[in-house]
Amino acid sequence: MAEKLDKVDVVTVGAGWTGGIIAAECAKEGLKVVGLERGKARGTEDYYMIHDELRYAIRYDLMQDVSKETITFRNESKQRALPMRQLGSFLLGEGLGGAGVHWNGMTHRFLPYDFEIRTKTIDKYGKNKIKKDMLIEDWGVTYDELEPYYDQFEKTCGISGEENPHGGPRSNPYPTPPMKSTPITERARKTAENMGLKPFAIPSANLSEKYENPDGKTINACQYCAFCERFGCEYGAKSDPTITVIPTAKETGNYELRTHSNVVEILHEGGKATGVRYVDVLSGKEYIQPAEVVVLSSYVMNNSKLLLVSNLGTPYNPEKGTGHVGRGYCYQINAGSTGFFEDEQFNTFMGAGSLGIAVDDFNGDNFDHAGLDFIHGGVGSVTQTGKRPIATNPVPPGTPAWGKEFKQKSIHYFTRNLGIGFQGASMPYQYNYLDLDPTYKDAYGVPLLRMTYNFTDQDRQLHSYLSKQATKFIKEMGADIATEAEELGDYNIVPYQTTHNVGGTPMGADPENSTVNNYSQMWEADNVFVLGASTFRHNSGYNPTGTVGALAYRASEGIIRYSKEGGLLV
Amino acid sequence: MAENSSDNKMTRRQFLRNSGYVAGGVVGGGLVGGIVGNQMQSGGAPTQEKPGGKSEKTPQFDHALMYFSQKEDFDVLSQATELIFPADELGPGAIELGVPYYIDKQLAGAWGHNAKEYMQGPFFEGEPTQGYQSRLQRHEIFSQGIRKMKEYSQKKFNAPFLDLEEDQQIDILTAFEKGDIELAGVPNEQFFALLRAATLEGAYADPLYGGNQNMEGWKMKEYPGNKMAYHDVIDSDKFYDEPPSSLHSHMDK
Repeated sequence: MAEKLDKVDVVTVGAGWTGGIIAAECAKEGLKVVGLERGKARGTEDYYMIHDELRYAIRYDLMQDVSKETITFRNESKQRALPMRQLGSFLLGEGLGGAGVHWNGMTHRFLPYDFEIRTKTIDKYGKNKIKKDMLIEDWGVTYDELEPYYDQFEKTCGISGEENPHGGPRSNPYPTPPMKSTPITERARKTAENMGLKPFAIPSANLSEKYENPDGKTINACQYCAFCERFGCEYGAKSDPTITVIPTAKETGNYELRTHSNVVEILHEGGKATGVRYVDVLSGKEYIQPAEVVVLSSYVMNNSKLLLVSNLGTPYNPEKGTGHVGRGYCYQINAGSTGFFEDEQFNTFMGAGSLGIAVDDFNGDNFDHAGLDFIHGGVGSVTQTGKRPIATNPVPPGTPAWGKEFKQKSIHYFTRNLGIGFQGASMPYQYNYLDLDPTYKDAYGVPLLRMTYNFTDQDRQLHSYLSKQATKFIKEMGADIATEAEELGDYNIVPYQTTHNVGGTPMGADPENSTVNNYSQMWEADNVFVLGASTFRHNSGYNPTGTVGALAYRASEGIIRYSKEGGLLV
Repeated sequence: MAENSSDNKMTRRQFLRNSGYVAGGVVGGGLVGGIVGNQMQSGGAPTQEKPGGKSEKTPQFDHALMYFSQKEDFDVLSQATELIFPADELGPGAIELGVPYYIDKQLAGAWGHNAKEYMQGPFFEGEPTQGYQSRLQRHEIFSQGIRKMKEYSQKKFNAPFLDLEEDQQIDILTAFEKGDIELAGVPNEQFFALLRAATLEGAYADPLYGGNQNMEGWKMKEYPGNKMAYHDVIDSDKFYDEPPSSLHSHMDK
């Protein structure tokens, strides 16, 4: 029998970026907040041995233990979904700070086009540009409305950057200057300029200089040690929730963080949540935490899963096209080209997670799509994130995968290899969705989330277009051999691609096809707020965290208003 | 050697200035007390490591088997890793790097037993896009694969694997790579894929795991290993050719 605890104002499911932002903002306003985090506490002091590729990058020490909980996957509805038994295609977070601990820190804003994608596409290209099973919608919020919240998140993180020439209007410059120029980034910048493109430094949460954020939290200067993605920062030089919003929340005296607390159900009655039920994973004891407001701030997968297992919100039905929980799961495509340089050697093993040069000339609607069989695009980046020797064994096409020739070439090209990668946007489709698996369960007896997903012709066309741009770029950069990304086949859950999963609890203006309004508030339960990239209506051609942070700041404003006024905020 | 090279030596003051510690902002990291102290004060020189990880005085006590039960199985594994990553004019191969011992240790541990992976049934074969669906743990796949290599060697060349010519051994391994040899409970290609991946890990993981002896794998690849900062050199046009350092340097107080 679960033990019932005293009621609090706000409970957050998870304590990463979104749970941390809500906690900090609400606790500052005097609301009593409890954060339930299924993993352990962790922070800068835990990264003494972080420069270990095997432990952290190959064995995923900081990521989700999928022996306890995973998802099932199939490419299409007629297949049998099977468990994702190992991490691969994307790396789910677990523990304090969530995936916000092991992110790279690239902090772009989405384009104004993104938030009004349906209207703008129809206005410019006509209705027929949108294929019949493509479910794109406007988000119910515009870039201009979100701009102050982007600004707020960038200030919390101290983002280092320079203005994106194709970006939406900014109220302020980035809080800190762009990261260092290196021979690799300089070469990329010049190449872009020669090609008539508009390069800019990737907006970075690895900071160019020491910075104190508006909450008084210090983020140190990046040392370019090259252990960023898949690692925590031992310098406290990569903005993450554990050095910013979580300590900010704690200082108020209004925030209680409970780690090892795995939420298994949202309790609700008559269209309102009453609290959550969770398991203390150390003792095995169950608790009920009543709350005035329930904030679903876990990752994309668990947001949809918890709503579905709790029977809260209308589930999406892909055949009828009705409902919304589980609707519009999107991913991204990796287009690009790799260059082999015969006579030049680069310090590819140095770097930082967000060190690099980006071009936005092939993103969003920044280029004309009239003669093209796809919409949207992707940001192109030449990065210097720090190559590591187990994972990086580049060989030109036709080289054997092992033996003498493989050894020699993979060693030779380790420092003679640069690439440009595009993060291609991903559109929602009728048959790409999330629901509950009928067979497999997690360690707590709760059904696993089932993902039905495949790439579409839109993805294939976009991928091919961007890869061709990439090959032109890398040749212009001086590569002797350019190898273009292979054509996109079926989505495969094995090789790592990106942890930019989005959708499942879409944001919108129409309660019929969206889970939340533009304050991340659930239409069907006004004291439940669903945060994070699960509310994205589609995935843009960028890293998502900037937009996740902006939407979370807006949601915090909504929660504070709700706690005074009640009712739907839109 | 290695870590006390003067080019690489950052003064404590430079380091503190770069990272922002001077003006406060002290994080309780593993850094102020440990890493900064080690790396910066003394120049970070570790104890001298012997070439090949061998020493005349002390036997390498960790060169014994914690997973394999038959020496011959381990020798077959060793030879297979050497074929994948052979000694050549660039430097040592898998055996000298300690890769077979690395794999033996890994198979005995969490990775060999799929400890952080979802291993609940029911099991179905699935599509290739659905990934690993075997009920077998990695150590079972390795054991099975090595026994099958021995069997196939007898069948095809009528001789033990270890007695074959190198091109015959390559022949055997290629058959496993292509998935021509039937394995129970796992796709045929899986054994070789795991063997290849584990061999590269053993060649290039931090030496703390038993492979990459004396950082020779990193030296061949011109990979500097664990350096605390490239802040002051990343903007230089010069290729950075300092000798590598390992995580051991953090423990050396």
